[in-house]
Amino acid sequence: MTTLIVIVLYLCLLLGLGFFSSRLFRGTSKDYFVASHSIGPFLLLMSVFGTTMTAFALVGSTGKSFERGIGTYGLMASISGLVHAGIFFLIGIRLWAFGKKYGYITQIQFFRARFESDRLGYLLFPILVLLVIPYLLIGIIGAGKTIEPVTAGAFTEIFTNPTAPQWLGGIPPWLTGLVVSLVVLTYVFLGGSRGAAYANTFQTIVFMIMGVVAFVYIINGLGGLEQAGKVPARINAKGVIVQDYQFNKQSGELLKNDPPKPIGRVLNSDNSDLTGRQPHLSRTPISVEFKKKNPKTGEISSFERELGIPFITFVSYFFIPLSVGMFPHLFQHWLTAKSAKAFRLTVIAHPLCIMVVWVPCVLVGAWASGVLPPGIPPPAVLSAMLNLLVGDPILTGLLTAGVLAAIMSSLDSQFLCLGTIFTNDIVVHRAGSKKYSDKQVILIARVFIVVIVALTYVLAMWAKDANVFDLAVWCFSGFSALFPVVFAALYWKRATKEGAFASIIAALVTWVYFFHLSGYGGEMVIGPGIIPAAVCFGAAALAMIVGSLMTKPPSDETLQKFFPPIKKL
Amino acid sequence: MGKNFIWVLFILLFVLHQDIWWWNDASLVLGFMPIGLAFHAGFSIVCAILGWAAIKFAWPHDLEEFAEEDGEKEGSI
Repeated sequence: MTTLIVIVLYLCLLLGLGFFSSRLFRGTSKDYFVASHSIGPFLLLMSVFGTTMTAFALVGSTGKSFERGIGTYGLMASISGLVHAGIFFLIGIRLWAFGKKYGYITQIQFFRARFESDRLGYLLFPILVLLVIPYLLIGIIGAGKTIEPVTAGAFTEIFTNPTAPQWLGGIPPWLTGLVVSLVVLTYVFLGGSRGAAYANTFQTIVFMIMGVVAFVYIINGLGGLEQAGKVPARINAKGVIVQDYQFNKQSGELLKNDPPKPIGRVLNSDNSDLTGRQPHLSRTPISVEFKKKNPKTGEISSFERELGIPFITFVSYFFIPLSVGMFPHLFQHWLTAKSAKAFRLTVIAHPLCIMVVWVPCVLVGAWASGVLPPGIPPPAVLSAMLNLLVGDPILTGLLTAGVLAAIMSSLDSQFLCLGTIFTNDIVVHRAGSKKYSDKQVILIARVFIVVIVALTYVLAMWAKDANVFDLAVWCFSGFSALFPVVFAALYWKRATKEGAFASIIAALVTWVYFFHLSGYGGEMVIGPGIIPAAVCFGAAALAMIVGSLMTKPPSDETLQKFFPPIKKL
Repeated sequence: MGKNFIWVLFILLFVLHQDIWWWNDASLVLGFMPIGLAFHAGFSIVCAILGWAAIKFAWPHDLEEFAEEDGEKEGSI
C-alpha cells in the first residue's frame, strides 16, 4: 500500500506541473503546438530524449536482455546513439530551418510544400496515425505490466483476478492504463507543447535518477557488482541450463543453490563448447528449451527460445533507428527549438543519455536470467526484479514512479502531435486558416487528443499481452520505411511527388504485409535473419528513385525554395 | 577537417559497431561487465565525441542564417 501511495503522490505532482505550465500558456495555437519556438538546449535535450525513451527503453530493454542477453544493447542502443545523433544533425536542423523560415508546424505541411501536392498529406496522415498507435500502446501496456507486481497484496479483496497468482491484490493493468492515460491527457490538454516539454524534462530527470538508484539497489541485492556478474543462468557439462543462485526475500540474501536448479536445456548451437558459459553475456545464437509453470493451473509445459543475436539480424537493425527521422512527435519537438544552436547539446548528449539508461537495464535483464523463472513475461522482468531485490516499499514506489515517468514522457508528445497534425493538416487545411479562430483551433486539437487517448486505451486493453519490445520495433520499422521520403525531400532535388507517393505506398504495403505475417506484432526475421524494416526501407527507397526519375522534376520555384543557392546548403 | 572527414568517421563507427571479434566472448571486464557490452558502452561515448566534432567542424552556419532571415510564413497557423 505504501508503494501505491508514493506512486499516486508522483502522479499528483505531475498534475500540479500540468496546472503550472498551463499558467504559462500564452493562449495562441502556435504556443500550444510548438511553444512559440522558445525551447532552449536543455529542455530540447530532455524532451527529445524523454520522448524517444519510453516503456521500450526501460521495460522493453530489460525484458529483451532477459530473453536474448546483452546483445540487446548493440542491437538498439549504441546504434541509436550513432544514427539518432546523425539524424538530429542532418535532418532535424534542416527541418527546423524550413519550419522556422516558412512557418511549418507539422511534417505534412513541409511535405505538401516540398512535393507540391495536397493529396500527399491526405495519404500520409492516416499512415502516421497508424504507426504512432503501436507506440502509444506499448506505453499503456508497459505501465500496466509494471504496476501490478509492485502493488501485489495491496487490495486482496478488491482485485481478485490477477495476471499471475503471486500478484493477487495488485492494481490491474486496466486501471493503471486508465489512470496513466487520464494524467497524461490532463497536462497535455492544459499546457500543450510547452506543458509537454516541462513535463518531459521533469520526468526524464526523474527516470534517469531513479534508474541509477534502482540499479544500485539491485546490485546491492545481488551482493555487489562482482557477485552480480556470476548470477546469470549457466550451461553445465550436460547442456542443461541452471540457476546457481536464488534470492531469499525473508533474509534479504542471495543464496547459492546446491545443487544448481535446472530450468532448461540447450537444443542446438554453432558453438561446440558451451560448458560453463553464461549465454546471456555473449551474443552467440543458442536454441534452448525452457520449462514454465502455468500460474493458474500449475501445469508444467516447455517452450523454445533463441538466446543471443544472429549477426545478420544485428547488422540489419541499423534500419530501425532511422525511424526518428520520420517520427511526427519528434518533428514537433524540433520545431519548438529557439535556434539551431539548441540542437548542439542534443547531438552530443543523446548517445550518453541512452548509455546511462540502457546499460543498467540490459545488465539487470541478463542478471535476472539467474534468479527469475524463465517463463515470466518479458515486460514484467524489471518490476519483478525491483519487487524481489528492493525490500523498501517507499523506494519501490519511487522506482516505479521512475518507470512511469519514462512511459508518460513519450505518451504526452505522441498524443499532442496527433492532435496537431489532425487539426492543422486535415481540419484547418481543408477549411482554410480564416474559418476558425485560434481558440477554436486549440479546441479541435484537444477534442481529437481525447478521442485518440480513448481509442489507444481500448486497443491497449485488447492487446494487453503483446511484447513491448517487439511491438515497438514494428512501429519503428514503419517509420524507418518512410525515411527515404524525408531524406530525398531534403537532399535530392530530383525527388518528385510521384516518387514520394510511390515510396510511401511501397513502405505501407511491405510493412502491412510483414506485420500480418508476424501475427500482428510478433518477432519476425526474413531468410538468414534480416529484419523486415530493411526490406521495407529498400522497397521504399527504390520506389522513390524509380518514381522520381520517371516523372517531371519539381518546379523551379520549389527548388529555389528548398534548395536555395546558399553556400553549403 | 570538414564534412567529409566527419562522414568517414561516421562510416568507420558503423563498421566498428559490428564487433564480430567479441561476439562469442562472455568474459567480464572489472568482474561484472560483459566485454561485448563494455565495448558498446564505450562506442556510445565515442558517438558523443563524434557529435561534438560534427558541431565543431561541420556546423551548418549558412543554414542557420537562412532560417533566421525574415521569410514568408505559409503554415496554417
